[in-house]
Amino acid sequence: MTGKVGVVVFPGSNCDMDAYNAFGSVLNQKVELIWHKETSLSGVDVVVLPGGFSYGDYLRAGAIARFSPIMTEVIKFAAKGGLVMGICNGFQVLVEAGLLPGALLRNANLKFVCKQVYLRTETTSSPFTSGLEKGQVLKVPIAHGDGNFYADESTLKSLEDGDQIVFRYSSLNGEITPDSNPNGSIHNIAGIVNARRNVLGMMPHPERASEQILGSAQGKAVLKSVVQSLN
Amino acid sequence: MFKARIEVTLKSKILDPQGKAIESSLRNLGFTKLSKVRTGKNIDIVVDEPDAEKALELAKSACVKLLANPVTEEYEGELFDMSGKSVAKFSSSNSSRSEVKVKS
Repeated sequence: MTGKVGVVVFPGSNCDMDAYNAFGSVLNQKVELIWHKETSLSGVDVVVLPGGFSYGDYLRAGAIARFSPIMTEVIKFAAKGGLVMGICNGFQVLVEAGLLPGALLRNANLKFVCKQVYLRTETTSSPFTSGLEKGQVLKVPIAHGDGNFYADESTLKSLEDGDQIVFRYSSLNGEITPDSNPNGSIHNIAGIVNARRNVLGMMPHPERASEQILGSAQGKAVLKSVVQSLN
Repeated sequence: MFKARIEVTLKSKILDPQGKAIESSLRNLGFTKLSKVRTGKNIDIVVDEPDAEKALELAKSACVKLLANPVTEEYEGELFDMSGKSVAKFSSSNSSRSEVKVKS
């Protein structure tokens, strides 16, 4: 069975076609690009907010895109339990929209970091990771300047207690170390879900690691989980 | 009409890597007595509203809804009349996101 994936395109999105290709050509799903000015999600089963630099990251990354007309629909869709996946800039949009807790600050070392990293799967109890194994390490790229995940202590505790931390930056062997943390994220957090577990935000790009020709196909398992959870 | 000047800064407990980088550069230049550098952004806005109270509410509401992220940032603002005379001051400590109606 195939689902229908909607990839939102903001002015400044630049991984929209990567998501389109990964879900469409690699996983054979129906995919539709949805311009951010649209006011309908036209019956999609999954919404992807892609990576990029919506509105040039002006004010704060994601702060302006968060008020794009389509976001009203995305918020309603999420409230009904629809699957929403925010990758990189999409994650920033989701925290700005209040669909996920915390914030993404400037990388601690002030550098734009563009490289392959390793992620340890922290929970398989989510539609985005149900096809993975707990502890499974994925090689996936990051490309961001503002990926330093921050949450205050009580929010962090509720994320930890609620099993909402989905991925942490790790070594190749799955050890969570300061050296494997590329941006200063608190507790090495690379991706989280909301309490209802239908909204995912992650800074790394699984869609850019969906075919071997891209340097890694290990991100495909994340997208495949999403597709399988629609069946 | 009024003018609002708003300064948005990171909360004091949040690391400001830009401030750190500037501080380290200042030290390299010999400014050893300068420390605790924090950066922020300045936003100037013209408020097209004749009533000062309403103008103040509009400026505050803009801060709450868009200009500052309450998770990581705080803001201080000042409202001026068009001759540049200060009319009112406001800040994140005396207005919160919840008290302003946010259209969804």
